[in-house]
Amino acid sequence: MTMLSERQQLSYIAAQAADARLNVELETEGMTLNIGPQHPATHGTLRIIARLDGEQVIWAEPSAGYMHRGYEKLTEVRTFPQVTALINRIDWLGSFANEVPFILAAEQLMEIEAPPRAQHIRTILFELSRIANVSLFLGDLGVQMGAVTPVFMAFRDREYVLNLIEGATGGRFHPNFDRIGGLKDDLPKGWLDETRQVMKKLRNFCDEIEDLLFGNEIFQSRTRGIGVIPADVARQYGLSGANLRASGVDWDLRRDQKLPLAYDKVDFRVWTHPDGDSWARCWIRLQEVREATKIVDQLIETLPPGPVMTKVPRIIKVPEGEAWVSTENPLGEMGYYVVSKGGLGPFRVKIRSASFNNISITPWVLKGVYVPDIITILASLYFILGDIDR
Amino acid sequence: MMNLALEIPYWGQSLLRVLGGIGAVLLPAGTIVYLFLFKMMSFMQSRLGPMEAGPFGSMQLLAEVGKWLQKEDIIPENADAKIYKIAPIIVLVSTFLLVVVVPFGPDAVFTNFSAGVFYALAIGSVSVIGILVAGWSSANKYSLLGGLRAAGQLIAYELPMVLAVVGVVIQAGSMNLQDIVVAQNSGSIFGWDGVGFPFVLTQFVGFLIFMIAVQAELTQVPFDMPIAESELVSGYMTEYSGFRFLIFFIGEFATAGVFAFIASVLFLGGWGIPFSWFGWESLDAVDNWMNIVGPIIMLTKMLVLTGIIMWVRFSYPRFREDQLQRFAWKVLIPLSLANIAVTAILKVAI
Amino acid sequence: MPKVPGLVKGLGVTMGTLFRTVKNGADTIQYPHAKEAPPVRARGVIALREDNCTACMLCARSCPDWCIYIEGHKQLAPPRRAGGKPRQVNHLDRFDIDYALCMYCGICVEVCPFDALFWSPEYEYSEPRIADLLHDKDKLGEWMETVPEAPELEAGAEKKK
Repeated sequence: MTMLSERQQLSYIAAQAADARLNVELETEGMTLNIGPQHPATHGTLRIIARLDGEQVIWAEPSAGYMHRGYEKLTEVRTFPQVTALINRIDWLGSFANEVPFILAAEQLMEIEAPPRAQHIRTILFELSRIANVSLFLGDLGVQMGAVTPVFMAFRDREYVLNLIEGATGGRFHPNFDRIGGLKDDLPKGWLDETRQVMKKLRNFCDEIEDLLFGNEIFQSRTRGIGVIPADVARQYGLSGANLRASGVDWDLRRDQKLPLAYDKVDFRVWTHPDGDSWARCWIRLQEVREATKIVDQLIETLPPGPVMTKVPRIIKVPEGEAWVSTENPLGEMGYYVVSKGGLGPFRVKIRSASFNNISITPWVLKGVYVPDIITILASLYFILGDIDR
Repeated sequence: MMNLALEIPYWGQSLLRVLGGIGAVLLPAGTIVYLFLFKMMSFMQSRLGPMEAGPFGSMQLLAEVGKWLQKEDIIPENADAKIYKIAPIIVLVSTFLLVVVVPFGPDAVFTNFSAGVFYALAIGSVSVIGILVAGWSSANKYSLLGGLRAAGQLIAYELPMVLAVVGVVIQAGSMNLQDIVVAQNSGSIFGWDGVGFPFVLTQFVGFLIFMIAVQAELTQVPFDMPIAESELVSGYMTEYSGFRFLIFFIGEFATAGVFAFIASVLFLGGWGIPFSWFGWESLDAVDNWMNIVGPIIMLTKMLVLTGIIMWVRFSYPRFREDQLQRFAWKVLIPLSLANIAVTAILKVAI
Repeated sequence: MPKVPGLVKGLGVTMGTLFRTVKNGADTIQYPHAKEAPPVRARGVIALREDNCTACMLCARSCPDWCIYIEGHKQLAPPRRAGGKPRQVNHLDRFDIDYALCMYCGICVEVCPFDALFWSPEYEYSEPRIADLLHDKDKLGEWMETVPEAPELEAGAEKKK
């Protein structure tokens, strides 16, 4: 090591000090921002821990579980009819859709099948709950981006759908209408005519939302090219439903799977979008609402006569066995793995809910985006807290 | 004809000015909140809005004020208490200072600055300080982000606003707001003086830029990232409660009213009606009753302009911060500079 | 036809809604002044027909969150025919439903073998104190009046046996 002269040494120190000062000025200190658990954008209690550099996210992770209600454990100490009432509450916006896969799994174990009329009505209610769920998403999308009006339109027109569900099942949010072997009751008189009119209103609502929100240049600049998820990444993270279709994967359990539901009797289009960005996810959902109204219209026309309940014993005991049934729920693939030991209730139920997998991609997709984009990406991924935490 | 102002002693004039100033700030704020925030927004969302307090909910605002006044004035433990308390007052005071230069009639003016435009634009940006210190002193990350966004945004949009006004100043040949009003109402379009000569006709680009900049200055949607309730909870106002929040709230809508006043003075002919209708030659010849009619005309124009501001607010989603800056620096500022150049060339040529 | 910018279209939608609201009135209902009639099947509140109840406890046992409390005792009732033996009947002492716990699933109404429980669309029974939501059999009996007739079924439906 060469010795420096005093003068050299001093200048060296001065240069170092200058460098240091420069670094102090340029180096920005990161900030950890807790988005949630109580935050307007997380529709519930999801917490996103984001490490920020200025307004840019360098690391983000979702922290779920603030609303864990332990449904998988609860089902073990409930009888089969009671479980149906409980699992209504998983995805609370499209609750009828929660019942269907569970009931189908139980029916599979009992080796019975609902009569065709019951299958039809099940499918109609399934699609109605999809509309109720996704139309609120369309309105909520506006609120997450600062537009206040779409959400009121969504609530207004969703109310008609909820009235339909209430008119048929008795429950606006938690129908508890599906039974092993069929349905609790048939439809009340005049319900089908009302449904036809509401479907017209809903298509009108879709046009309005498209004019108000989707056609808006500001909205497009906020969503196009933001939060791009390529198809292979989407598959690896286990995305499903509209999020996966928005990445260009043509995958829809309604069409691809043979289940005792009436989807094979209607023709509908499965929309996909090649972009995989926030815009694509929103747009796919808008088209899905339209498609769902068309499915409901077709099913109403072809509703077969007959009973809505097969013969089942009054006290239901499901024979020993295991069954896995998943359906294309409003949020994505929702499945129940039901294990029965021949008792009154299931031995174990594993619930695969769509939102839990859908938000698992957030650390990947939020890297490098700005704080406002966190909100749009979360909004476009569309999760429901009950569906994440169960 | 006696001049109205001469009949009143000085203390009376001062009292009138103070009362008028308070009225000119609070009356528009209340009207805007009731008419647009409560009613227009509700009707646009196919609901009726508040209906219980007073006939058609007209007393709702008073009820809300009462509610806010009862609430606890919470100051966060780590907040810089002194600055935290002052911040909303800075915002409101800047609004009061802003209204001082706006002329409401031939004699109904608070002050008659010869550099009125300059003063208004300078004072208008004082509220930035209030917002910035509110965001900083709250000791909250959301507030900090909101305050910083507000500072960046308000400064960025100050510039196109000033540049848009320059066109008007060139055309009127004066920076006095009263002179600008007179120039618009005594002017004529190719010899026809039926509607005077409101500058919005020639300065349409300037008017558009000014209104966009006002929208941004007021942090209304689509430029409301400093508040951004879905991202930053409530931006710089997150920690405020009770009457300090009320002051922010009043400040927001009062400033909307005052900026609309200024816009109507600069572009829409202010308090005046075309002078040719009554054969007035100059400002001194204007009849005294204009001191009563003038404020009403101003209020009407203000309501039309704030109506447009609010209409946009209730219809649009918001920009992202960087898009907003890009829009200001890459679109609005070049456009307003071009506007100035064209105005200046035409002014010299014609 | 030139494309209308989305910004202008959006303004048109909100203004259109404004005019429609002015012309046709709002889609909302001013609740305490006007009320919306819930559908016939709406699950508003559970009403009890006390005479039919035999305190068999089926509903209490099938309730998913155990919010029904039943107490009863056996007693002798006068014979049906003159000269017969006195019958033994179950008398209902207590029938409480805790509406703070109730999930409104309707399982109790469904399992009741003697048609003692009914759904009523009545919904205005909120209480300021949560403990007051525990309603006894007298209160549940009052709601019997609001129980509507079961609706007719849609065409093609089979009558229940």
